[in-house]
Amino acid sequence: MPSIPMNQAIREALHEEMARDSSIFVLGEDVIAHGGPYAVTRGIAEQFPDRIRQTPISEAAIVGTAVGAALCGLRPVAEIMYVDFITCAMDEVVNQMAKVRYMFGGQTDVPVILRLPSGSARLIAAQHSQSLEAWFMHVPGLQVAVPSTPRDAKGLMKSALRGRDPVMFIEYKRLYSVKGEVPDTEYVIPFGQADVKRQGEDITVVASGPMVGKALEAARILSAEGIELEVIDPRTLVPLDTDTIFSSVEKTNRAIITDEEVRRGGSSAELASRIAEECFDYLDAPVRRVAAADVPMPFSPVLEKLAVPSVEKLLAAARDLVA
Amino acid sequence: MLGTMYSILSPGGNVQSGARIPSLALDQQLHLYRLMCLNRRVDDQMIRLQRQGRLGFYVGSQGEEAAIIGSAFALEPRDWVVPCYRELGAALVKGFPLIDLFSQFFGNSRDLTKGRQMPNHYANHDLRVTSISSPVGSQIPHAIGLALGARLAGNDDVALVYFGDGATSQGDFHVATNFAGVFKTPTILFCRNNQWAISVPVESQTASRNMAVKATAYGIEGVRVDGNDIFAVYDVTSKAVAKARRGEGPTLIEAVTYRRGGHSTSDDPNSYRDDAEVEPWIERDPILRFRLYLTRQGHWDDDKEQALEDEVRATIRNSLDEAFRSGPPSLDTVFEDVYDEMPWHLREQMESVCTPEEFQTVEQGT
Repeated sequence: MPSIPMNQAIREALHEEMARDSSIFVLGEDVIAHGGPYAVTRGIAEQFPDRIRQTPISEAAIVGTAVGAALCGLRPVAEIMYVDFITCAMDEVVNQMAKVRYMFGGQTDVPVILRLPSGSARLIAAQHSQSLEAWFMHVPGLQVAVPSTPRDAKGLMKSALRGRDPVMFIEYKRLYSVKGEVPDTEYVIPFGQADVKRQGEDITVVASGPMVGKALEAARILSAEGIELEVIDPRTLVPLDTDTIFSSVEKTNRAIITDEEVRRGGSSAELASRIAEECFDYLDAPVRRVAAADVPMPFSPVLEKLAVPSVEKLLAAARDLVA
Repeated sequence: MLGTMYSILSPGGNVQSGARIPSLALDQQLHLYRLMCLNRRVDDQMIRLQRQGRLGFYVGSQGEEAAIIGSAFALEPRDWVVPCYRELGAALVKGFPLIDLFSQFFGNSRDLTKGRQMPNHYANHDLRVTSISSPVGSQIPHAIGLALGARLAGNDDVALVYFGDGATSQGDFHVATNFAGVFKTPTILFCRNNQWAISVPVESQTASRNMAVKATAYGIEGVRVDGNDIFAVYDVTSKAVAKARRGEGPTLIEAVTYRRGGHSTSDDPNSYRDDAEVEPWIERDPILRFRLYLTRQGHWDDDKEQALEDEVRATIRNSLDEAFRSGPPSLDTVFEDVYDEMPWHLREQMESVCTPEEFQTVEQGT
């Protein structure tokens, strides 16, 4: 299998699906000249010149235009340059895109995909580094995908492009350049299927996005100490595969939830609550959360390092749980 | 208040000197007149029902029927209407059956929106009338997307979006109009300037001389028309539609009209404006103006008016009776259509709030 970075994997998914389905089109800021800041849409303008629109700067108009185009049968894939800028379009996301099918009485679908570069990366501070999964999870009607590997990113994007629901596709900027093996044959990864990235007997670690890699690193270190982590990547937060998570917790009797969102009200809160509700009798210890500090992301590398959840914090939480 | 604007009929129903009546066959003219009367009567009836406590809420369009119906009539069935919330007349032009509208107002089991939307927020995808959106102006970008979508799909459908004068203060109006200009989308941006946004007069809404002038900043054509003149509204909208269809881009139309009633049944305009202000607009009534014209042309008389009145009343009554006969939506539908396939967490919630027996009880209408 070829090893490619995640931005290329998403690009391949877009190219392959655009070749398969003529209703897909791409819009967003700078999506032609640079292929967006992370080069995900590079080459689409050359291959599908009529199916890409480089837009003026307005996230609200990008999402609103995408909703309108979806209403007349197209499948828009809109890039929001940074997830932080989705705030400028939240009415169109929350009141329109998420609710139009329901409010229409199911007469129409709104299959819009919003690609959302997320998370900390390269010291870009409070308005370029956020992780807003929990906001989107909270809105009925939206699906939320959070790939952690190139393989998952490509397979999930293909599923998104074949589904009928609006999708908030969370792309962690720090993962764009991380390479991973991607099958060179056709495949899709269905939404709502968690992936067990590592099997272990002692602690279930539900990790998403960039925390999957950190959890696997923590697992290697802890394995030498005789603590075996089971690392589960939900891959989609909506829909959420709780069966895989609950089965794991019933086996390990301990759980850590980790992601890069600020901890208060984060997706980890929903996951921890579900585990507490459904697996209470199996738990030997309280569910732990390892997430970002509840602060706007600072710029200084020294400060950013403190705010972002680390391997060390995972190690500490795990050691504490089995102590 | 009025300023310069395109008109064909004087308030007295005379053809202005130098003006030409658009080419509309007599049966089309009479159809338009009937729809305007039907719109007015539906509004009267619904407001009455609301006052009687039989309807929760209603938004009327008294005095704005020419702006709404004249513009929608310039569209083909395949074109999109993106309503604000005061465009019952446009839905009627589109062929929205009264029973479907009334069922929506009451949120019953016949309601196409399945009892999910507040009254006046109807939608019919097959008729290409999109879902009405409560946040003011948020529908305007959708019309850009629908029109851009038509271009991408290689057809010449156009999208007409309605909004009020208040919506021009929203960011969505400006960003959408900018997109329309940049992409030359086949969009008609139709501003019903009815002078009031709930209790805020248009003078407090903008420092611009008028609404049409706003088009200039976005490099598109802006037109100002007498919104109470059915022929003038139809004429400018037809031209804008033809231009859009030819691929020559969008038009912003400002229809100058007046909101004779409250913003909605939740509003009492007597608390913020004088009757003296409303008075001249009663003289400018769009239905009266059209009737005077038709009468002068020998196409209308009191007998015909009475016959139309009787027919419209009977039509409304029959549809209302039918709507009242329909029960509430079945309980399980509350969880449908949130997603394409119902995810487990919704299935779980559905099962926790309702037993299968309860679903059946509701479906049997008990």
